[in-house]
Amino acid sequence: MIEAGAQAPDFKLPDQDGNEVSLADLAGQHTVLVFYPADFSPVCTDQLNVYQEVLGELEERGVKMLGVSVDSAWAHKAFQDHLGVSIPLLADFHPKGEVAKAYGVWVEDYGVSARSLVMIGPDGTVEWSYQSLSPLEIPGANLIFDALDERQAA
Amino acid sequence: MPTSSSTPWTSAKPPEPGPDDHLRGEGPLVVEYADLECHHCALAHLRLKELPVRRMFRHFPVNSKHPRARVLAHAAEAAGRQGRFWEMHDSLLEDQAHLDDPHLWQRVERLGLDLDRFEVDRRGEEVAARVERDFKSGIRAGVTGTPALFIDGRMHREVPQDALLSSPRPLTGES
Repeated sequence: MIEAGAQAPDFKLPDQDGNEVSLADLAGQHTVLVFYPADFSPVCTDQLNVYQEVLGELEERGVKMLGVSVDSAWAHKAFQDHLGVSIPLLADFHPKGEVAKAYGVWVEDYGVSARSLVMIGPDGTVEWSYQSLSPLEIPGANLIFDALDERQAA
Repeated sequence: MPTSSSTPWTSAKPPEPGPDDHLRGEGPLVVEYADLECHHCALAHLRLKELPVRRMFRHFPVNSKHPRARVLAHAAEAAGRQGRFWEMHDSLLEDQAHLDDPHLWQRVERLGLDLDRFEVDRRGEEVAARVERDFKSGIRAGVTGTPALFIDGRMHREVPQDALLSSPRPLTGES
């Protein structure tokens, strides 16, 4: 997967409401991209719910969090409502998985992205990335805070 | 919503039992991070009840998943202010179908608590801070859902299974 120091690949994807979000829109702030395999799968549900609980803290620190999966914007809308989360969800739907491929988190055998986190700095450089060892492992929110504190201390 | 404070959110082991932690039973220590509106936590509770372990309860309300989670955590803490934390904890987990405010008042009455004091305490800042302290320590320990049980420093995300109940050395966390 993409590693710290690399320039974050550009993208333009619709969110759950059909609004396009591009890398350029995220300039000037820290962004965490949460790549996950699929809407409505049990593990992904837990992951976004627990991140939702720390979203206020992340926002206070000027961090924007965005979910990314190969599901369509319509599925994202339903999933967001179902979970009760406000984290925007981006549809890497057409061409399928193009952004996951650009970020090196595409899993060809299953046609989904691996469960991964990518932190992008205000200048568009990748500051930190993490890929779960198995699809069942949810990266704890503590890892995001670790990475953030490391960057802000540097 | 969690509130910001000066303590960090970075990785740290679950804190050792402190004077105001909720502990009961004798045996190996099981640190439970749980949500009082979580059915899996209710099941874990019923199984842990049968085990010879020392239980320490920590709040991990996931409100986006369970809209009453924080309210219930605060209610249990408020009951704790009148010395009946575990009674309220058991009451909530053993009847997950009655979690609205009138049901809480009935529980308070059954436990013989002072309702006026309960109502003030459960909405107070001290109780909120106490719950948030637990939640934050769970995030720092890498908890990503409930129940999460820590035994000898290792996190177990599953409900304790029957095999563990019949094990001669249950839940030691050794593999």
